[in-house]
Amino acid sequence: MSAEQISGEYNFAYLDEQTKRMIRRALLKGLAIPGYQVPFASREMPMPYGWGTGGVQISAAIMVPEDRFKVIDQGADDTTNAVSIRRFFEKVAQVETTEKTTEATVIQTRHRIPERDLTEGQVLVYQVPIPEPLRFLEPSEVETRKMHALEEYGLMHVKLYEDIARHGEIATSYAYPVKVEGRYVMDPSPIPKFDNPKLEMSGIQLFGAGREQRIYAIPPHTQVVSLDFEDYPFQRMKAPQCCDLCGAGESYLDEVITDDAGGRMYVCSDTDFCRERREAGHVGALGVAEDAA
Amino acid sequence: MAMASEALMGGFSDAPRQSARAFRAALEAMAQPGSLRELSDLAQAPAPVSPAAATLLLVLCDPETPVHLAGDHDRAEVRDWITFHCGAPLTGAGEAAFALGTWQALGALTAYPQGTAEYPDRSATLIVDGAWQGVEVSLSGPGLKQARAALLPERSCFEANRAQFPLGLDFYFTRGASLWALPRSTRIEEAL
Repeated sequence: MSAEQISGEYNFAYLDEQTKRMIRRALLKGLAIPGYQVPFASREMPMPYGWGTGGVQISAAIMVPEDRFKVIDQGADDTTNAVSIRRFFEKVAQVETTEKTTEATVIQTRHRIPERDLTEGQVLVYQVPIPEPLRFLEPSEVETRKMHALEEYGLMHVKLYEDIARHGEIATSYAYPVKVEGRYVMDPSPIPKFDNPKLEMSGIQLFGAGREQRIYAIPPHTQVVSLDFEDYPFQRMKAPQCCDLCGAGESYLDEVITDDAGGRMYVCSDTDFCRERREAGHVGALGVAEDAA
Repeated sequence: MAMASEALMGGFSDAPRQSARAFRAALEAMAQPGSLRELSDLAQAPAPVSPAAATLLLVLCDPETPVHLAGDHDRAEVRDWITFHCGAPLTGAGEAAFALGTWQALGALTAYPQGTAEYPDRSATLIVDGAWQGVEVSLSGPGLKQARAALLPERSCFEANRAQFPLGLDFYFTRGASLWALPRSTRIEEAL
């Protein structure tokens, strides 16, 4: 055995080979039936459910030693969840990691799609809490599975209609339901609906729900339509401000409370996008020019 | 009878990394129907199994996946190889999760599990091994930015397979060290 093979105490990418085969088969079926939730035998991972175990299992099953791995949590590379998952794969798969969207080959994400368009060959792995878009409308899995089989999605339209009746608009602002390739209604995971148009992309999108034991996928260039009504068309939504650090007007923003006197600032949720802009010399209202910093 | 030593050979020397690379190629192939991939990490099974097909078996099959061998591929050396390397049970077409054979030998597509309305994933994946006479078709649908020209051994049966979406079979076409995929979601039209 070479030194490479025996380095580290874990199998390459943590999971045993039979588990990987089971996940890999589910991924292939998921790609062949875009938007359909494939059941899989989710494993215990060395982190609690809700911390991205579904995404981690998919990343482990698709990872090759040559990958450059990036993890974002709500767009940020530097939050606890992102840092710990990145370190996990540095340890168990000895892969290179990066914070740069453009350099990454596999990006695991919690609740955001990077601002930069992904290119062919890049894989985006989503962490999904509740994969079933109909779950809060119909608690029974037997029923929701039947509804998907019969393409019976009236209930979802009733929900969106009730939004309009109560709030005057479709108030659903994240985990906004989509229809994939004209067939399956799918939960895009709790990404803001601002990100929904980006679900039609050049990269491969894989979704993993560890606790709920479901995998689903969207191949590149697949039609993904956000559900809406003719008279209430789907609308993207973001804070009307510009980023206070880099001045970007087109990126999705986080509102950050800065004191207890009502002070606040808006910053890009995608930290890599914001850094890249600041390095290129863009400065927001509260930002400091890079060379002066 | 003792297993021929041929059955014990031809696996991966570093299974986790080699199968990871091979699977990534298979994943990208399934995500981009009709695009040819050359596998870098190859397994070697007894003739007439191509290295690409042997690699797919090694990466995807195990005791949980019944495998059907059709025609010339159904021979003792191949059976022994699969039993030793994958541990997969060998079955008839009707129970197969994976089927391996030439296009001629695989026979009628309706013989294989097509999935159910509630679980369309419970359908077979066919590994079409070796050369065949092709007809020109045009592929479109998920994974394809624009229509792509391809050769298929036949048109009507693949159209019928697509027509029952989300049910249906998924295909890998293997020859030598290369493979490409055709999922059930791909629309097949007469070549432009």
